[in-house]
Amino acid sequence: MPKVSMTVNGKPVSGDVEARTLLVQFLRENLRLTGTHVGCDTSQCGACVVHVDGIAAKSCTTLALQCEGANITTIEGLAKEDGTLHPMQEAFRENHGLQCGYCTPGMIMAALDIVRRNGNDLDEHTIREQLDGNICRCTGYHNIVKAIAAGAKAMA
Amino acid sequence: MSATGIGAAVRRKEDIRFVTGNGRYTDDVVRPGETRAVFVRSPHARAKIKKIDVSAAKSMPGVIDVLTGAQLASDQIGNLICGWMIHSKDGSPMKMAPHPALAAETVNHVGDAVAVVIAETQAEGRDAAEKVVVDYEVLPAVTDPAKAKSGPQIHEVASKNTIYEWSLGDEKAVESAFAQAKHVTTLNIVNNRLVPNAIEPRVALAEYDAGTDHLTLWNTSQNPHVARLVIAAFVGIAPEHKLRVIAPDVGGGFGSKIFIYPEEVVCLWASRKVRRPVKWTADRSESFLTDAHGRDHVTKAELALDENGKILGLRARTIANLGAYMSTFSSSVPTYLYATLLSGQYDIPQIYCEVDAVYTNTAPVDAYRGAGRPEAAFVVERLVEVAAREMGIDPADLRRRNFIKNFPHQTPVIMAYDTGDFGASLKKAMEIADVKGFSKRKREAARHGKLRGLGYSAYIEACGIAPSQAVGSLGAGVGLWESAEVRVNPTGSVEVLTGCHAHGQGHETTFAQLVSERLGIPFENVSIVHGDTDIVQFGMGTYGSRSGAVGMSAIVKALDKIEEKAKKVAAYMLEAAEGDIEFKDGQFTVAGTDKSAAFGDVALNAYIAHKFSGQELEPGLKETSFYDPTNFTFPAGCHICEIEIDAETGKSEIVNWTAVDDFGTIINPMIVEGQVHGGIAQGVGQALLEGAVYDSGGQLVTGSFMDYAMPHAHDLPSFKVDTTETKAPSNPLGIKGCGEAGAIASPAAVINAITDALGTEDVAMPATPNTVWSALQHAKPSQAA
Repeated sequence: MPKVSMTVNGKPVSGDVEARTLLVQFLRENLRLTGTHVGCDTSQCGACVVHVDGIAAKSCTTLALQCEGANITTIEGLAKEDGTLHPMQEAFRENHGLQCGYCTPGMIMAALDIVRRNGNDLDEHTIREQLDGNICRCTGYHNIVKAIAAGAKAMA
Repeated sequence: MSATGIGAAVRRKEDIRFVTGNGRYTDDVVRPGETRAVFVRSPHARAKIKKIDVSAAKSMPGVIDVLTGAQLASDQIGNLICGWMIHSKDGSPMKMAPHPALAAETVNHVGDAVAVVIAETQAEGRDAAEKVVVDYEVLPAVTDPAKAKSGPQIHEVASKNTIYEWSLGDEKAVESAFAQAKHVTTLNIVNNRLVPNAIEPRVALAEYDAGTDHLTLWNTSQNPHVARLVIAAFVGIAPEHKLRVIAPDVGGGFGSKIFIYPEEVVCLWASRKVRRPVKWTADRSESFLTDAHGRDHVTKAELALDENGKILGLRARTIANLGAYMSTFSSSVPTYLYATLLSGQYDIPQIYCEVDAVYTNTAPVDAYRGAGRPEAAFVVERLVEVAAREMGIDPADLRRRNFIKNFPHQTPVIMAYDTGDFGASLKKAMEIADVKGFSKRKREAARHGKLRGLGYSAYIEACGIAPSQAVGSLGAGVGLWESAEVRVNPTGSVEVLTGCHAHGQGHETTFAQLVSERLGIPFENVSIVHGDTDIVQFGMGTYGSRSGAVGMSAIVKALDKIEEKAKKVAAYMLEAAEGDIEFKDGQFTVAGTDKSAAFGDVALNAYIAHKFSGQELEPGLKETSFYDPTNFTFPAGCHICEIEIDAETGKSEIVNWTAVDDFGTIINPMIVEGQVHGGIAQGVGQALLEGAVYDSGGQLVTGSFMDYAMPHAHDLPSFKVDTTETKAPSNPLGIKGCGEAGAIASPAAVINAITDALGTEDVAMPATPNTVWSALQHAKPSQAA
């Protein structure tokens, strides 16, 4: 079985994986980082979004072996060691941008990428368009949009 | 109102774990020695199973066993059931066909499971499942509910594929109302079939402990105790006291996770056979094929009115598709959760409804957010809007002429509305929506080639499910009360064990708000516990917008008992008569003096018990209540949708959404608004985007997010949400409940708006760009006023 090595949330990790093992499976099953979720099988729901070398990627459509040597950030890597939340995490909580929480890790990781690409001053239209790759069934998106706008500002 | 009490927009406790990726959903649970289950599912909608050959699969790497329906039957595992008895008009009971957890003789829908592979890894399980050879004799499938009665008979027990032929109301009285009518509006309505698609797929993880002959099931359930009861008493896997069901964090339910499904039964059975934990996690394709679908009604609806637009009667004839098997609550949804709401907000003297429920070779259909009430609201609000147009009466005005104004109001369809003010919500909604300015906005839009329309939905629903005696008399197999246990700890913190379950509704926060305010203790000192049958006594779970009205009422009753006992303890501590003790803001005081004791001190004393002998007063401070509601509750309100259609493409954009809802007492307005937002999104999804489609051979052609259009952020606007309030008189807090209202109100508002814009009523749900564009080709859009 091939071995893969990468950095996840700042820590070097490695494991034996099959060629067909997805990154999300490696994270969840090998590393026991269960914050990244699987919600579909057509890479549309976005519950699996992580950052690979600083860029949002759907870990359900990325092979673990593709990430050899890469720098991965998952939802578990956002808050500080002392538990202080990242401003985007705080914004989701402050604005009730989540209900069941299942889409939330992917939503937050995608939100950070929206900020990376569009800056800290995001309007509603931009946020809604940019969320095309993330599905939420609970919130109706109203508060997610508010949360992302607020989180983006707080990150400035 | 304190910062953390009733009515405060307290930020949620549960968010800390969810935003940091520390939620504990069922697939996150891993048991030592865990195996994976992969189901072998029928590719045919209807077929006889001639032979299953598992030999090749069994010898694949990593395979522990491959089990079939024949083995399940010979191990005498019982069938899944529907727990609500409905009788036909002729008095005969509903025709409930056998539903084994693994099919042994026939398969009845694409996705019906026939075997299960138990393997070391998911990948090995999948590889082996592909090697299971099933010899099917394909049979002709029935897929269209409107034609089910003339199709081949699917189940021996149900001739003409008819489950029941039910009715409610006085047929003759309604006929005579129609005979006197000056105007009759007739609509043929399809309430389109939906797939709930909670973002977390279903999961079942079963573990057998041979030492104690005990089974544990982790399951994505909205109601773990009900799952335990059904699995123990009906399916017969294990007696109740040898089965523990744990529903940890659940990623959305919307009704689809109420039911007891084949997969958890099979995992439990398999784990005892292979003597290792067995975990099944659905992939999204399986969710599409096997989660209970929603809606799927075909209705002919008629409204009779006099010359002044006063409604004389309403008649509806509905065919309800229940799918291949009767799911756990399926029978109740198109009957007592549907027909009983056909009065809407209106004083309608006569109503008659007939419902024929049929089998088809499609996935089972059961409750999905709103469960029968969206279907009813759609019928009523479309009839009323179309009647207004046909009679040349303003749609708001027609509604006002017919609103119920005096309460309590007994409808002709069982429900007795206890309180409400429908005129107030309509008025407020019209102001917020700026209905007055609409014709100007419509003209402006027309200058840009866009067609604008305005649609109302003045809905009412019945929730706070439910008074046990009432539902029992209507056929429910269980009562629908709720339990609460309030445990005060010696150090003054409190745990509340509730039989409800939260899968997004924020109970850990809202229930704590109630307790914190009542006992005068910090919000942080209250923990809410749910979801484990070993820890929490029997409860009915969460659905039907019941956790506030029923779940919190149980907590109030338990808190009443806590207060009563604590006063006794305080009386000993303060050396006063029990009758002289007052409790306010967390302090027990001797009336008329400044002698007092704080709640925390009283709690400690209850457990130290030095100040009283255990003969007069038992030590401890823990009380339980089982609360049975005295009535349903009746949230109601008015939603107004303003839509703009691009005539070239048929694409609809919702430019304004106004929701004014009466939910009675509101515990946390932020959470309530979130529920309304989510409900509206699902209703808009139904109206504009979603539809589960089977082809004539029974293949689900909308089997993934590629083909089934889930609402995305860019499909929806931000919403204007407000409230009016008439408190529910039937429970101590005055709560009506809010979880489903958005999904109930919204489809009618959308379709009313689109048909207003287009000037034709011939628009079916989902009103996709193609549907709207096609309708436009055949219609003249209404001119700007």
